[in-house]
Amino acid sequence: MSAPTTNVKPRRWFSLSGSELTKSAPLLAAVLTIVLVIVGQIVSPGFGSYGQITSMLRVASFLGFIAIGQTIVILSGGGGIDLSVGKVATFGAIIASKTMDGSNQGLLLGIVIPIAVGAAIGLVNGLGILYMRIPPFVMTLGMMGVVQGLILAYTQGVAGGRSAPALTALVNDRWLFDLPGVLFLWLIATIAITYILRRTSAGWDLYAVGSNREAARLSGVPVNRTILIAYMASGVFAVIGGIMLLGYTETVFLNLADDYMMRSIAAVIIGGTLIVGGSGSYIGSAIGAILLTVLTSFLTTISMPESGRTIVNGLVLIVLLAAYGRQRRLRS
Amino acid sequence: MTGTIEETALQRPWTARFNFRLSSFVTAFLLVAVVIINASVQSTFFTVYSFTSNFATFVPLVFAAIAQAIIILGGGLDLSLGAQVAFISVVALKVMDGQDSRIALGLLTAVAVGALCGAFNGFVVAIIRLQPLIATFATSFVFSGMALVVLPSPGGAVPPALTAGYRMAVGPIPVPAIIVILGGVLWWLVSKTKFTRDLYATGGDREAAFASLVPVTQTLFMSFVVASMFVGLAAFAVLANTGSGDPLVGANMALDSIAAAVLGGIALSGGRGNPLGAIAGALILSISTNILAFMRVPTTWRSLFAGLIIIAALALSVLTTRGDSKK
Repeated sequence: MSAPTTNVKPRRWFSLSGSELTKSAPLLAAVLTIVLVIVGQIVSPGFGSYGQITSMLRVASFLGFIAIGQTIVILSGGGGIDLSVGKVATFGAIIASKTMDGSNQGLLLGIVIPIAVGAAIGLVNGLGILYMRIPPFVMTLGMMGVVQGLILAYTQGVAGGRSAPALTALVNDRWLFDLPGVLFLWLIATIAITYILRRTSAGWDLYAVGSNREAARLSGVPVNRTILIAYMASGVFAVIGGIMLLGYTETVFLNLADDYMMRSIAAVIIGGTLIVGGSGSYIGSAIGAILLTVLTSFLTTISMPESGRTIVNGLVLIVLLAAYGRQRRLRS
Repeated sequence: MTGTIEETALQRPWTARFNFRLSSFVTAFLLVAVVIINASVQSTFFTVYSFTSNFATFVPLVFAAIAQAIIILGGGLDLSLGAQVAFISVVALKVMDGQDSRIALGLLTAVAVGALCGAFNGFVVAIIRLQPLIATFATSFVFSGMALVVLPSPGGAVPPALTAGYRMAVGPIPVPAIIVILGGVLWWLVSKTKFTRDLYATGGDREAAFASLVPVTQTLFMSFVVASMFVGLAAFAVLANTGSGDPLVGANMALDSIAAAVLGGIALSGGRGNPLGAIAGALILSISTNILAFMRVPTTWRSLFAGLIIIAALALSVLTTRGDSKK
């Protein structure tokens, strides 16, 4: 391992620059996922079967949708983060469930109304962060409390309704290649988001704002509009994730998607998006979502209790952050 | 929306943009205002009995706010504070096992476990050098998972002498109020040490502090340890107040403590403010919650209002300091 003769300072694998990280982190996450599936198959035969993998991908898709918004918000920089996504997803699912009430007639309204609510919550987040200059994590953490209050006020403590049959069919019924429709939807969303981020001016604006807000402003990028749209997108995609989750569970409960807050941030970080913003990709977050889902599934298979899974999730996040989220050393 | 090119986001941490702080006049004004409003909706506010029961619920947040203030002053942030309260309280509960003779041992345990939690956070933030926001966010899951390992479901009993003593009064002054004052005295003692001088230097300008031979890494590490010892006291107060253990307690405490620190005039960018202000901030928040309860706001609406109050309080701190916030 030692190469004392070289006069070039040896590079440590975790001191990658932003763009290198963006490329290598998703690869690392993908390799880890495959290793985990193989280990799972050895420990418990059937873990790596086609049916099981499809089922894990389906569960990962809910997280994947929520992580779209989280990726966009974190890319927008300035400490951008959305801690309210879990509650917003829950709220979206609750509204959708009540509106649909188990019939396909309510499907359209049951999708449009929650999405509008999600966009409105995101807009308020963005306005608070931009114009009241509240730090994003404080604003969205406060919003968590507000949305929790809205959930309790809206439901009076009892969540009712039921998913529309068409929505449940989208998530649970097998379509092409024995895969559920939601996976195709996720694939389309992944391609569309990647295209928007990489090939449209809206995407470039986002990266510009995230990497250097002042320079972006001076170059004529609409900074405020970009940030507002980022937070609105986060609210919208959180709701979409919540609605897909509703299709899966069919009925709602008051903390349905609350866990997804932590998991969406973890997925984005695992995928190599820099927490300071301006560098990263959605593909990485999507692979991160799959890795997290496979990890949870693996821990459940080896019958680790909930508390242990929480600890492992926290430790995995710390280890991955330590691998590529370190700040530079102080030098005089 | 002015700003110069040399102050680019890349060179400065994002918290540098949040360098405003509430003036102590605004803090004092708010404190007086909420006391008057509370007294007007709760006719028994100035009796010893309600003073005792009010302060009994305030104490945990007061200590949590001092802890958060110390960390923010050093340039960090602690989102794991609530999870620490849960973990520390269930460990102390198990150690005391409901026996009066073990109260002192329980208190020592709470402070020691707090110091360990702080050392873990300090290791991750100061030595591995992760962003405090996201790192303590990750450690919060470790702490809350460990709380569930120690005590899987709410239960257990706190020594009766602890809960009884906590609600007594020495003459007209309730014990919880004395504890709040002791918290202030404890900080005053800490503030006399070299650690505090280094803390302000580190939080104010890390590069300059490093250049002036301030042990920056060590100070940052210690800020988490010292703060989490205060969190240990907060957890102990939670036990004394509730009388039993709950592995899920303290869920809102991280945000509440940050809001209390900001209300108390601590700048989120670090290095400016006084933890004594955070005590006032904690009292303002707690009394606001109290007012909501006495205005007969339905429980279903209460968390909505609590969230709105916190956002409003933070917005206020920005709006009242807009003038000097651009430097």
